[in-house]
Amino acid sequence: MVSNARSNKGVGGRLLRKEDDRYLRGRGQFVADIKMSGMKEVAFLRSPLAHARINAITIPENLKHKAFCWSNMSGVKAICAMTSLAGFKKSEQSPLASDKVRHVGELVAMCVGDNRAQAEDFLEELVVDFDELPAIVDMVSAQQKGAVLVHEDWGDNVYLESKWDGDLSEAKANASITVTRQIRTNRQCMAPIEGKGVVAYWDNRMDQLVLYTSTQMPHIVRTGLAECLNLSQANVRIISPDVGGAFGYKGILTPEEICLGWLAMECGHPVRWIEDRREHLTANANCREHEYQVTAYADDIGRILGLEAVGAVNAGAYSAYPFSACLEGAQVASILPGPYIVPAFQCNINSISSNKPPILPYRGVARTSVCFAMELMIDAIARKVGREPYEVRLENLVPPTAMPYTNITGKAFDSGDYPESLRRAVESINLKGIRERQATNEKDGRRIGIGFCTFCEQGAHGTSVYHAWGVPMIPGQEQAVARLTPDGSLELRIGAHSHGQSMETTLAQVANEILGIDPADVRLVHGDTQYTPYSTGTWGSRCAVMSGGAVSTACKALAERAAKIAAHLMKLDLKEVQIIDGQAKGAASSISLAEIAEAWYYKPQILAADVDPGGLEVTVGYRPKIDTGTFSYASHAVVVAVDTELGHVEILDYVIVEDGGTMINPMVVDGQVFGGAAQGIGTALYEEMPFDSVGQPLASTLADYLLPGPTEIPAFRIEHMETPSPNTEFGVKGIGESGAIGPPAAIANAINDALAPIGVEVLETPVTPRRILAAIAEAQAGAQS
Amino acid sequence: MKPAAFEYVRPKNLAEALTLLAEGQGDSKVKAGGQSLGPMLNMRLSRVNQLVDISLIPELKTVSDDSDTIIIGACITHASIEDGKIPDVTNGMMNSVAAGIAYRAIRNQGTIGGSLAHADPSADWVISLTAAGAEAVISGPNGERRVGLNQFMDSAFETKLDFDDILTAVRIPKFSKQARWGYYKFCRKTGDFAEAMSAVVIDPSRDYCRVVIGATDTHPVVITDAIDLLTSDEAIDACITKNALDLNPLSGQMHRTALRRCIKQVQSL
Repeated sequence: MVSNARSNKGVGGRLLRKEDDRYLRGRGQFVADIKMSGMKEVAFLRSPLAHARINAITIPENLKHKAFCWSNMSGVKAICAMTSLAGFKKSEQSPLASDKVRHVGELVAMCVGDNRAQAEDFLEELVVDFDELPAIVDMVSAQQKGAVLVHEDWGDNVYLESKWDGDLSEAKANASITVTRQIRTNRQCMAPIEGKGVVAYWDNRMDQLVLYTSTQMPHIVRTGLAECLNLSQANVRIISPDVGGAFGYKGILTPEEICLGWLAMECGHPVRWIEDRREHLTANANCREHEYQVTAYADDIGRILGLEAVGAVNAGAYSAYPFSACLEGAQVASILPGPYIVPAFQCNINSISSNKPPILPYRGVARTSVCFAMELMIDAIARKVGREPYEVRLENLVPPTAMPYTNITGKAFDSGDYPESLRRAVESINLKGIRERQATNEKDGRRIGIGFCTFCEQGAHGTSVYHAWGVPMIPGQEQAVARLTPDGSLELRIGAHSHGQSMETTLAQVANEILGIDPADVRLVHGDTQYTPYSTGTWGSRCAVMSGGAVSTACKALAERAAKIAAHLMKLDLKEVQIIDGQAKGAASSISLAEIAEAWYYKPQILAADVDPGGLEVTVGYRPKIDTGTFSYASHAVVVAVDTELGHVEILDYVIVEDGGTMINPMVVDGQVFGGAAQGIGTALYEEMPFDSVGQPLASTLADYLLPGPTEIPAFRIEHMETPSPNTEFGVKGIGESGAIGPPAAIANAINDALAPIGVEVLETPVTPRRILAAIAEAQAGAQS
Repeated sequence: MKPAAFEYVRPKNLAEALTLLAEGQGDSKVKAGGQSLGPMLNMRLSRVNQLVDISLIPELKTVSDDSDTIIIGACITHASIEDGKIPDVTNGMMNSVAAGIAYRAIRNQGTIGGSLAHADPSADWVISLTAAGAEAVISGPNGERRVGLNQFMDSAFETKLDFDDILTAVRIPKFSKQARWGYYKFCRKTGDFAEAMSAVVIDPSRDYCRVVIGATDTHPVVITDAIDLLTSDEAIDACITKNALDLNPLSGQMHRTALRRCIKQVQSL
């Protein structure tokens, strides 16, 4: 097996994306593109109230067989996400509400029409008799004694209490300074370009429910769906076609999928539901609502001696399947220390139930909120000890000499030079120049600020991490199928799915690296439970590591089979044959993979008697040597101009220095980092899903839910470092979420740097003009009193 | 998010459109570019029996010159104005304002008349053309009439248009060479609705000075003799307070800043 770097189509090659040919020509096939004879459309009646008892649902006579509520769906089971975490309280969510609704937008009934408009017309004929109950909206009132209960049988509104117990007495005794801040990331939405969508029908020939759905994890959906619909998994086939962005939102089993599956069986014709933006924003795609009080104990140069945090995550009304409610809260308690050496740590985070939509994992998951908190703390420490924030970071970052390093919560950092990423960011953003500029007044009266953040991102965590969660998605060996087709091209099959990760390209590059086969001759089959090996799917920055490792391993096994056949045909010893450039080569002769395939498939008479009967198809599993995860890391640096009269923030410059280990395709890594950072800017400055005091969502269209557009996204300057992971194939690390983690922290730090001279500090995302103006007004009032 | 069923008609001329509206007795609605009405129908916030699409009526897409005034047909798109396809009589104000309306996709469809008739107090034409001293030309069952834009809106989304009226054109007085204008709006992002906005037009040759403040909860604030506002920041602050635009202090701060910056534009010329 010889490296094929000279072709520039293997690992490290800057190959254009194979999938772009169809995407850029508008030929992608998304759920909404699927047309079927006799297909009807489904619309859902959603709860207008955040918390209410359902007394009765009246379906008029003319809509029997066209409108359905929970009482019609006999035999269907509620969604129940289980975990073995001690003390976790489970929520039961019937796909259509049974006795009670627990958030605005919860499904109450559904109608089937010839088209969506007619289905919506039918909805207007349904009458629901609600008894409204007081709503739990914010995390403080949710935890008060005597609070209304979202789930009455719980006794309180807490899914799970997550603790990291530590002894802070020494830190407190030795600290020169103590810094405490109340830090919050507000609830927002994921907002992929494509929302959710489902098409379902019953295939009589295969005796199967076939459900096309826009999902990241077709196999997990099959397991959950089969359970809820009382079907054997053999009777369920999940197909995830092209997916237009997912970001965690499509990493769950949804109530709509269960409803559509049931309707397909009940009605006997294909049905479809395409989520509209209003459903997406108000009812479904919520994330990120964290708040914690953090206290840091440090010495007089800003070295952290101890850290403590207490807070909560507003996890909403239900835990999604396979798991969501405590995913973030429990992670906060283990990842808050970030990339730093924290000698003592104590943390207590409650995952709260409320009358808001379930909180779902969003790119970065808990890391974005945690990074925001930790990095704002570092800057607050720096201001207190009078040092540059980057200097305080350098005091605390895990140095490369300590790698591999196991931190206080047991996270095993695999490799890297964290301080170097920060030093490069400082250099590239020109800190010195910005400090000089700040000493002069801007002509337009704005204030300039510079902000940094450094973080690491655990990706591709495996069995040893997840078995303790006891959730129905513990990743083990990731499998891939590699098959040489009769004409010598390569077919790869994986159980994960691409929703923008470019896997059709990068996995073909992995195959090229091993077999030398041209990526143009490699076809990736994924997104279909019928044709692919089981996988927990695409999440947690895992596919480059896990599917990439599996494809590499499978291709190596295939190369051995091919080499053995070739050696016989070439009358050479196996040791004399190597698979290079898509050929089996001996010292003086060679034959192509196509010729080897031709022999296996069409001319078995010329094969050796002891040829491997497995032929030119292998299924192989892969797991990294140490499966606690890869740790990619990055430093972000940003310069902003803040208009103190309007509260407007403009990003003037943005530098990202990141290390995702060995890059399979640097352009794909750039794309991942760009896209993630754009989303991070949304979190930092624009995106918020506000609710009023009775739990009504206050943004329902993209006119009031603001996403950053092209004019709000700067030209990111990315620098790559490439420290291989010692544990993975090629040294690859997961990088998929990285971009979305850093921006809120770096941008808020830059705003605070700009406004520190007037005594202003913002501690909440998104940093809107009104929040900035309010903070300025508060500082002015404080200065006067 | 699909609209409830409605009849869709596309009259060939203005007379036919007026007849359809009269016959509709209030259950018909005029559609021009459809950029605001479309989403409202889709979300079923607005319902009609009949949608009368006037966007292709030729006489509503004309521009004519009436000595000291230019008359722009109601169905001229923002993009046409942005692209300079309509003669400019405002020393560049209209091109500049048009270019800042929402997004290009909206400007390709949205019309000047539709925007005025929709009467959103945050709309660019509502604010800038009121400052310019423009008049709405309205056709109804009793013929044609004109209403100054400073009198046109009763409240947010409420105008002097009756159910059987059509806003057919807008008459814009030609600015003199000495005329100056300022326009400032603050949006959280490009294309977003304004949090605060102001327009000012000064034309010494006509002894004209008008300031309009938009992004209000009701009709815009119109100050017809605004010359005092140009003298000091204190006068601006007093104006904001007098018009109760600072009941929410943060909104007041934004209105104040937008107005100051708008006026600064004419002062610095």
